[in-house]
Amino acid sequence: MVYLTRKAEFSASHYYHNPEFTPEENRRVFGKCNNPNGHGHNYTLEVTVKGAVDPRSGFVVDLKELKEIMHHEVLDAMDHRFLNKEVPEFASRIPTTENLAIAIWQRLAPKLQKAQLHRVRVYETPDLFADFYGEA
Amino acid sequence: MKAHLTRRYRFSASHRLHSGEFSAEENRTIYGKCNNPHGHGHNYALEVTVSGPVDDRTGMVCNLVDLDGFVEKEVLSHYDLENLNTLQEFARNVPTTENLCVEIFEILQRGFRHAHLERVRLEETMMNSFEYAGGAETRP
Repeated sequence: MVYLTRKAEFSASHYYHNPEFTPEENRRVFGKCNNPNGHGHNYTLEVTVKGAVDPRSGFVVDLKELKEIMHHEVLDAMDHRFLNKEVPEFASRIPTTENLAIAIWQRLAPKLQKAQLHRVRVYETPDLFADFYGEA
Repeated sequence: MKAHLTRRYRFSASHRLHSGEFSAEENRTIYGKCNNPHGHGHNYALEVTVSGPVDDRTGMVCNLVDLDGFVEKEVLSHYDLENLNTLQEFARNVPTTENLCVEIFEILQRGFRHAHLERVRLEETMMNSFEYAGGAETRP
């Protein structure tokens, strides 16, 4: 089993708000991230797949194919977008780094045929990242 | 759904690697430059990984305010700009980065209640790092 990781970068804005909370609760729980005008990050995405090395190609996965899937499923949908308003998953889910990793996993997993998705890691800043391994 | 969250912190401290169980010559052989009696320092980078179900109401594994507050109070304020050899936990234990990594894991394990502690990773320099997961294997 070999693990292979491909990186990509995208920039997007978001804010944290739960309509079921009172304005005070929203401010207390989410702090500055509750500003309804949003704020942005340069996200770094790392997608790790695992699999056996194909003896004919020497590949776990065709990197070009993985890159295209990541571009089509993630970057085209999220790069330079306001996540709360423009990415359907976040109409009902708060676009935290944790939920972003889950949403990206859910977009990628059905598209990957040959290699198995192992981990989605999303860096919100160089000092904060979330990992999702597809666990319930 | 279960996710892992990792936060990175920085602190600077000095230490000297020296064990009372070795002779002066053995200490010099084993620890080399790190045995210099005057000590030397590092800019450490600390990564704390916690896990748990993502709360539907907040979208979070744990509120960063709680994690940052705990790490600041119990870890950073304890170690930042200190000489590790003068601290109680290193009175008998050599303050290698392995031992420091385990100490920090145990501080978090004892006191942090907002999420499950998965792993502590400590970089001593950009060239070396250490990980401890309480005896469990770390995950790729």
